[in-house]
Amino acid sequence: MNEALLQIRDLSVDYFLDKGAFRAVKNVSFDIGRGELFGLAGESGCGKSTIAYAITRLAKAPAWVAVGEILLDGQDLLKLPESRLQEVRWRRIGMVFQSAMNSLNPLMRVEAQFHDVLRRHTGSSREKSRARAEEMFKLVGIPASRLTDYPHQFSGGMRQRIVIAICLALKPELIIMDEPTTALDVVVQREILEQVIDLQRGYGFSVLFITHDLHLMAQLCHRIGVMLRGELVEVGDVRQVSRAPAHDYTRKLWGAIPQLPGHPPVKDAIA
Amino acid sequence: MNAVMTVPPAAIAAEPIVRLDGIERSFGLVQALRGVSLSLKGGHALALVGESGCGKTTCARIIARMDTPTGGEMLYRGRNITRTGTAAEEKAYRRAVQMVFQDPFASLNPVFSVQHHLARPLALHGHARSKAEQVKGVADLLNWVGLEPSLTAHKFPHELSGGQRQRVNIARALAVQPDVLVADEPTSMLDVSIRLGILELLARIKQERQLALLYITHDIATAAHVAEEVIVMFAGQMVEWGDTLSVIGHARHPYTQLLLSAVPDPDRPFVAGDSARFLGHAEEVRRLSRPSSTEVNKVGPNHFVRALGAMS
Ligand SMILES: Nc1ncnc2c1ncn2[C@@H]1O[C@H](COP(=O)(O)OP(=O)(O)OP(=O)(O)O)[C@@H](O)[C@H]1O
Ligand SMILES: Nc1ncnc2c1ncn2[C@@H]1O[C@H](COP(=O)(O)OP(=O)(O)OP(=O)(O)O)[C@@H](O)[C@H]1O
Ligand SMILES: [Mg+2]
Ligand SMILES: [Mg+2]
Repeated sequence: MNEALLQIRDLSVDYFLDKGAFRAVKNVSFDIGRGELFGLAGESGCGKSTIAYAITRLAKAPAWVAVGEILLDGQDLLKLPESRLQEVRWRRIGMVFQSAMNSLNPLMRVEAQFHDVLRRHTGSSREKSRARAEEMFKLVGIPASRLTDYPHQFSGGMRQRIVIAICLALKPELIIMDEPTTALDVVVQREILEQVIDLQRGYGFSVLFITHDLHLMAQLCHRIGVMLRGELVEVGDVRQVSRAPAHDYTRKLWGAIPQLPGHPPVKDAIA
Repeated sequence: MNAVMTVPPAAIAAEPIVRLDGIERSFGLVQALRGVSLSLKGGHALALVGESGCGKTTCARIIARMDTPTGGEMLYRGRNITRTGTAAEEKAYRRAVQMVFQDPFASLNPVFSVQHHLARPLALHGHARSKAEQVKGVADLLNWVGLEPSLTAHKFPHELSGGQRQRVNIARALAVQPDVLVADEPTSMLDVSIRLGILELLARIKQERQLALLYITHDIATAAHVAEEVIVMFAGQMVEWGDTLSVIGHARHPYTQLLLSAVPDPDRPFVAGDSARFLGHAEEVRRLSRPSSTEVNKVGPNHFVRALGAMS
């Protein structure tokens, strides 16, 4: 089967405000293939997170509506009853959101949170969860001895890595990463994303990667979509979108990235 | 190279508004800060960069008096305030030093509108006495941070995108008209075009109001745009600091070099199966950088590097 894993067809999303409806996403269509790393870029407020929320139907506001189709393996997630959706979230579609560092339960030790998620979705035993948690902590570069700590005992970036670890532990088919590394320094960011790439090859999951850092996106993704005020203005292969952007706006985005002054980027000592 | 034992004060003569001297902070066995010394001067920006968990937010919280150091001294306009001063001094300090937090999602109250978030500090600190002054004050603040007042003032936090919320946070800190602004990753949630706008805004108020800015970031490229001086921290310790251009252009410490080498480069895509190489290299640099050392070398007019400590 070479059909795309995720097909988004003519998706529009409205938020209902006191003043009337606000269309945050307008007739957006794109596919994410199996094992593909797809990037969504665009300015703040252009609707990237709204798409991520629509895919998982975890909308933020009480009143919103999405029209169009979001097909996972041909099955329309927008038509799925809430009860069936629970099986899809986390197990088939993993999510690491912009605010993920706050999504940990402050009253629970991190180890217990791993177990909670793994037990709920895979029926894992406490011992199995512990082993998996240790493995995942190692992967995101936190000593396993800190598994018994509470969330407030970790820095913001460490909490973000813990959420990534919990998400990866479930081996979903699609991982949505909405600005997953904005809270991390570039070294840790690169360590995590290089590992995501390795894991991706091992497990074969697809990734929807949302960021405003086009440079980073170009290092990670196969294809890139660029959004402007709710519309998808350009979709293409990473080389094409970075070397020969078709849309003026894409060119503008590339031009606005702060560069290190003085000299071209330091090349890796080991590259 | 001259070895010096303590952190030399920056070359600029101006009296610092806030000074930290040998600040320590431990959480049980975790030494979050090890002998951090820095000066925040009016009209001057200092960037603090370093790896996730190296102690940047801890340092910011101590400066904002949300946390107490376990060692070292803190001075405000030359007065030692390490141990709490009078209630009036404490109040004046808390007003003078404002903070913008790393996470725009946690720091706005979901039940209040943007208007309320900004009007409150304006009224509280006597910058807007009448209702009309409040509305105007809020509109001015929103315009400053690049948000359209008529579209934004009535909105609630959940109705704003991540970047929009962070701009409201910055506006709220400015509403108090502080002397010192501690900005903890203020632009990490903003896209590049707006990021540059906010950085220019910070540079402008720094200049116009002689505001002292501590700019905490993991993005060494934006640090160079904002700050005259930079401190690179690793594991609670300052490892390299001084004039930003000198530190970035002639990095000496292996951790600073690692940080610079990891700045995203679109021409070098990540390769599957290759992560061990970079990870191994980064781990080696961390191993070298972790042991503490009191030896600091001066490598430029205002550029200092800590020597590598002995392996234990
Ligand atoms: N719950 C909501 N109610 C009303 N409007 C909303 C809501 N959530 C988002 N919006 C609006 O929808 C638009 C898209 O928001 P979204 O969060 O998807 O942007 P984004 O591209 O993820 O931006 P950022 O890069 O800043 O995170 C914005 O103009 C925002 O103000
Ligand atoms: N309340 C606390 N209790 C225990 N440990 C803490 C506490 N606060 C911070 N720490 C520890 O202190 C160290 C420094 O944390 P801090 O939040 O200052 O890092 P940071 O440099 O701001 O990181 P990031 O870039 O990820 O935000 C970390 O190891 C963290 O786990
Ligand atoms: Mg978003
Ligand atoms: Mg922090």
